[in-house]
Amino acid sequence: MIAIAGVSKTYGTGMQAIPALQDIHLAIAPGEFVCLLGPSGCGKSSLLNIVAGFVKADAGQVLLDGKAVTKPGPDRGMVFQEYALFPWMTVEENVAFGLEIRGARPQDITPRVGSLLRSLGLAEFRKRYPKDLSGGLRQRVAIARIMALNPPVMLMDEPFGALDALTRRTLQDEMLRIWDASRKSVLFVTHSIEEALYLGTRVVVMTFRPGRIKRDIHIELPRPRNTSGRAFNELKREIEVLVMDEQARYSEAERLGRPG
Amino acid sequence: MTDRVSLGQDFRRIAGALAVPVAVLLFWELLSVSGIFRPQVLSSPVAVAVRWFAYLAPTEAYNPKTYSWISWALSGELLSDTLASLGRVVVGCLIGGGLALPLGLLMGGSRRINRAFNPPLQFLRPIPPIAYIPLAILWFGLGNPPALFLIAIGAFFPVLINTIVGVRNVDSIYLRAALNLGADRLTVFRRIMVPAAMPYILAGARIGIGTGFICVIVAEMIAVNSGLGYRILEAREYLWSDKVIAGMFTIGLLGLGIDLCMNRLSAWLLRWHRGQEN
Ligand SMILES: Nc1ncnc2c1ncn2[C@@H]1O[C@H](COP(=O)(O)OP(=O)(O)OP(=O)(O)O)[C@@H](O)[C@H]1O
Ligand SMILES: [Mg+2]
Repeated sequence: MIAIAGVSKTYGTGMQAIPALQDIHLAIAPGEFVCLLGPSGCGKSSLLNIVAGFVKADAGQVLLDGKAVTKPGPDRGMVFQEYALFPWMTVEENVAFGLEIRGARPQDITPRVGSLLRSLGLAEFRKRYPKDLSGGLRQRVAIARIMALNPPVMLMDEPFGALDALTRRTLQDEMLRIWDASRKSVLFVTHSIEEALYLGTRVVVMTFRPGRIKRDIHIELPRPRNTSGRAFNELKREIEVLVMDEQARYSEAERLGRPG
Repeated sequence: MTDRVSLGQDFRRIAGALAVPVAVLLFWELLSVSGIFRPQVLSSPVAVAVRWFAYLAPTEAYNPKTYSWISWALSGELLSDTLASLGRVVVGCLIGGGLALPLGLLMGGSRRINRAFNPPLQFLRPIPPIAYIPLAILWFGLGNPPALFLIAIGAFFPVLINTIVGVRNVDSIYLRAALNLGADRLTVFRRIMVPAAMPYILAGARIGIGTGFICVIVAEMIAVNSGLGYRILEAREYLWSDKVIAGMFTIGLLGLGIDLCMNRLSAWLLRWHRGQEN
C-alpha cells in the first residue's frame, strides 16, 4: 500500500513562487490502478517525482507499507515518458541491470530476463540497442526493466504520450495484462481522458495552481472497456468538464505570461 | 547496362580523387628536373620514392644463419624507426590518458574535487607541451623518459577536459533511472557516468593522440636518438632532402594509421550511439 499524506511542494520563493502541490492525500491499495489527470503544469510529474524519491516534499510524506519514503528505490519502479533506457546497454542488459546491481546470481538473472522479454514480445530484440528500436518497443523494454525487480508500486509519467494511437492501445492492453496478473499499485499520469478511463480503477483529477485533488472517481466499468460504449462516453464527458475547467485556468495563466 | 553505368561512375570518381595529387606530383617532378632547385633542397618525387623503398628495405643481406626470414624482412631502418615512434606515442598516451581519465571523472563528478584541482590545471593548460622540453631533459636526461613525459602531457589535457565535460553533460534522466533501479553512487558512476560520457572521452582521446604524435616527433628531434623525428633531422645534416621527405611521408602515414585505428575503436565502443554510423 502506497500512501501520499499531506504532500505540498512550492518551487521558487517570493514573487516567483509556484505552488505546484498543496496538501495532496492519496492512497493506492495493491491492485489499484490510479490515473492522474490535469492540465499541463498542475504538478503531476512533481507528485510522481516525490513518490519516486527524486524530489523532496516541503511538507507531508509518502508512506510505503507504513514506512516513510526518503530516497529513490526499486520498490517504486518508474517508467518515464522519455523512455530513459540506457543507450549503451542492449535490451537484455537494460532489463538485467536492476537485478545485476542488486547482486543477483547470473543463473537467476538469465531465465528471469528471458521470460520477461518473451512475455513482452521482445525476445527477438534481445541484442539490439535502444537506438534501433521504435518508441513502442522502447517503452516495452522500460516496463520490462522495472518488472524485473517486481516492485509493489509502478509509477508511470505519461509513458505512452509519445506513441501513435495503435501502438498506444497495444501497450495499454499489455499494461493491463501485467497489472491484472500482478495486482500492483499503479500511479499513472496521462493527458488523455480516454486513456485514464480505459485503464484506471480510479481517475484522479487535479486542479491547476495550486495542484490539489479536485475529484477522485472510482471507475466501475467492466473490462475490457469499450471506448465507444455509452457508459464510457458519459463518464468521459463528465470528466472532460472537470478537466476543461482547470485547463481554462491553465490557459489564463499562460496568457498572463506564467505558463506551466 | 547498369553495370557499365556504375563502372563509368566509379572510374570518374577515382579519376576525380586522383587528379589533384597527380597534378601536384607532376608539377613537383617538373620543378625538380628543371634544375631551378638543387636536389639537396628539393629532390624529385621519383627520388623520394626510391629512397623510401631503400629506407624500408633491410640494410644487411639475407643470411638464414643469423635471422629468421621474417625478422630480416622487418629489419629495415624505416620499420624500426616507425615502431620506435609508435611505441612512444602509445606508451606516452596511455600514461597521460590514464592519469587524465580518473581525474576527469572525479572532477566532473564532484564539485569539491573540481574546485581543488581546477585552478592549477587551468594555469598549466595553456603551456604548450613543447615548452616542457628543457625541463624534461633537465629532469629525465636524454632518451625515452623525456619523450614519454612530453607525450603524456600532450595527451593529458585533451582527455581531461573532455572527460570533465562528458561527465557534466550526462543526461540526468539516466541518473534517475539508475537510482530508481536501486543503484548506489559507485554503481551510478561506473555503469552510468562513464559509458554516458564515453563519446566525449573518446573524442578527447583522439585529440590527445594527435597532440602526442606532434610531441613524439619534436621529442625525437631533440632528446632521442631513434624514431622518425630523429631520422629526418639526421637526414637533413647529410643534406638528403629525399630522405627527409620520405621520412615526413612516413610520419604522415603513421598518423593516418593511428587515426584510422582510433576511428575503428570508437566506432566499436560507441556502436550503441545514435550519432555513430556503423
Ligand atoms: N525543478 C523545478 N523548478 C522550478 N519549477 C518547477 C520545477 N519543476 C516543476 N516546476 C513547476 O512546477 C509546476 C508543476 O510542474 P510539473 O512538471 O509537476 O507539472 P505536470 O503536471 O507534470 O505538467 P506536464 O503535464 O506539462 O508534464 C510547473 O508550473 C513547473 O513549471
Ligand atoms: Mg509532467
